[in-house]
Amino acid sequence: MSTVTQADPAAPAGSAHPLDQRRPLGDRGFAILALASGLLVLVILVLIAITTTQQASSWFTTEGWKIFTNNWDPAANQFGALSFIYGTIITAIIAIVMAVPVSVGIALLLTEVVPYRWSRPIVYVIDLLAVIPSVVWGLWGILVFAPWIQHIYAHIGNVVQGVPVLGSLFGPPTSGASFFTAGIILAFMITPIVTSLSREVIATVPAIDKEGAYALGATRLEMIRGAVWPHSQGGVVGAVLLGLGRAMGETIAVALVIGSAAVITPHLFAPGYNMAAVIANQFGEASGVFRAALMGIGVLLFVITIIVNIVARTIVDRSARRKRGA
Amino acid sequence: MHLRRRQRFMTAGVAAVATALSLAACSSSSSSSAPSGGSTSSAPAGGSSSSGAALSGTLNGSGSTFQLTFQQAAIQAFKSVQPGMTVNYGGGGSGKGRTDLSSNVVQFAGSDSTIPAAEESNFKGKTVLYFPVLLGPISVAYNLSGVSTLKLTPDVIANIFQGKITSWNNSAITALNPGVTLPSTPISVAVRSDSSGTTQNFSLFLEKAAPSTWTLGSSSTIKWPSTARAGNGNGGVAQIVKTTPGAIGYVDYADAKATGLSSAEVKNKSGNYVAPSTDSATAAADSTTVAPDLTFHAVWASGAQAYPITYQSWVLVYESQSSSNTAKMLQAYIGYLLGAGQQLLPGLGYAPLPASLDNMAKAQLSKIGM
Repeated sequence: MSTVTQADPAAPAGSAHPLDQRRPLGDRGFAILALASGLLVLVILVLIAITTTQQASSWFTTEGWKIFTNNWDPAANQFGALSFIYGTIITAIIAIVMAVPVSVGIALLLTEVVPYRWSRPIVYVIDLLAVIPSVVWGLWGILVFAPWIQHIYAHIGNVVQGVPVLGSLFGPPTSGASFFTAGIILAFMITPIVTSLSREVIATVPAIDKEGAYALGATRLEMIRGAVWPHSQGGVVGAVLLGLGRAMGETIAVALVIGSAAVITPHLFAPGYNMAAVIANQFGEASGVFRAALMGIGVLLFVITIIVNIVARTIVDRSARRKRGA
Repeated sequence: MHLRRRQRFMTAGVAAVATALSLAACSSSSSSSAPSGGSTSSAPAGGSSSSGAALSGTLNGSGSTFQLTFQQAAIQAFKSVQPGMTVNYGGGGSGKGRTDLSSNVVQFAGSDSTIPAAEESNFKGKTVLYFPVLLGPISVAYNLSGVSTLKLTPDVIANIFQGKITSWNNSAITALNPGVTLPSTPISVAVRSDSSGTTQNFSLFLEKAAPSTWTLGSSSTIKWPSTARAGNGNGGVAQIVKTTPGAIGYVDYADAKATGLSSAEVKNKSGNYVAPSTDSATAAADSTTVAPDLTFHAVWASGAQAYPITYQSWVLVYESQSSSNTAKMLQAYIGYLLGAGQQLLPGLGYAPLPASLDNMAKAQLSKIGM
């Protein structure tokens, strides 16, 4: 056993004891409390995963791999959930495609272009968007936004009718409550998160890098591409993936505006369905295998969201490591 | 020192907040607002078990949203009958009501359907009593300007809702409505996006009345054709029908009336075209065979003036209660729903029970006991 010890900076000088001995009670107690809290969170996560999978087990055993077919017919005891997985992915993609350029643009605007005095009120207003409850988004969406945008969809539909690819994506018949409307509402909801996280990451770019770029004669855009982006790309990607996670899990806003039709179609202006929305809509009257199927869809959503978050973490960590070495 | 004083305030503040929260939690859990299996706050005054005795305590119920309007009105009116009792009804859907009853979260549940076989094991073999409390027509509401009466048969309705008849001037519809000019507008079908007892009974009607035409089965969630537009709740469907020319949808009669929608006359089992109303709904229950446990299906009833798409809702309670005060409170409240409460129904858009069924239900009240 090694007897070499180092002086513990927290211990009084002159008492060269091993790190663990003679630690004040408060330190030890705090360490235990912190460890217990961390473990508690982990335990709760694992318990949720276990109990929901248990409740969903009858669906998995009854349907087997057929859970990945597009056949959701409770009256006939068919519970294939592919259309919901498709809907979740499609609405999340639409939300990301619309929200990310806007959010990163706002973040760059606030850090690079707008004087500091004006950036704070703008940040405040954007954070207010995050405070609006999901159900209010859904109500506004179905009562105000969907009827209004239905006219725009109809115009676009008439214009692209017959055009090879655009026609099947955006052609008639169009519906206000559709994949695309749900994607837009989700974009509104994830913009504040992605904006504020990106802004914080971009703000950590050392001024010396930016000034060096300017000194070499770079325009503002070149400076952003050369000094800001390489430094903050990991964080921004992490922020985007966090927004993606939220977009996939958002429930009541999507349930109200997505149109509730379990179909797989490239037609973005058509009513569709989503994993979170079907659980919210159909849970009240479900029993037996139907209920197990809805819990199983919840488990799938859980798994997909965890995978997205793990990927986000890896990307952020890897780019941070790369930057530190550079 | 300044820092130490701030630390002391912080710890004192945190401790105060923590104690306040724990006290609030303790006090709310000891109040009688969330009882399990029969809670009372005090013994009944006088101790006599006649119906006039003043009772006190809380009753909680949840379940069918079809009953919700009636329950809310009855709870209000019941306060003048038994001021010492507090009754709460939470809605949430028939499925939720049955689940809550089986886990003893509530003392009574509202359900539009009998307990399905898959759920029977939840009740652990204890007998559940069914008390029918109201009937309601499901209106086939449509939006066609200039068409004030529309006659439809179950087969035509089945084909419309399956997407096989797509325009209003289809020969099947015009044949039933001579003398009425039907436009060539395409039919927009409005359905429910959420699971519902209304959907279950509407599809049950189509299954019974048009067995060879209707292929989508009977359930609280139906796989409608992809062209159907879905709305949330009866109100959502009513709104779609109201705002879309050429739309047709199935809506509770109460919501259809409240939204000002026109309802189609549906051909019943006896061959007559009947419009939804409180009288035609009561006539439907009159001619239905009722099982000894008071379960029945009022859809597709025979009877000359019966409206064929009528459905019913029950209050479910356990036969054996754990406390005599809860049993008495249940008897008092359900007795009110079956007695003076029935007069509230027509004004709310429901139909009261026919006298024979009402009497059978009242006779079953005495079974609630310990």
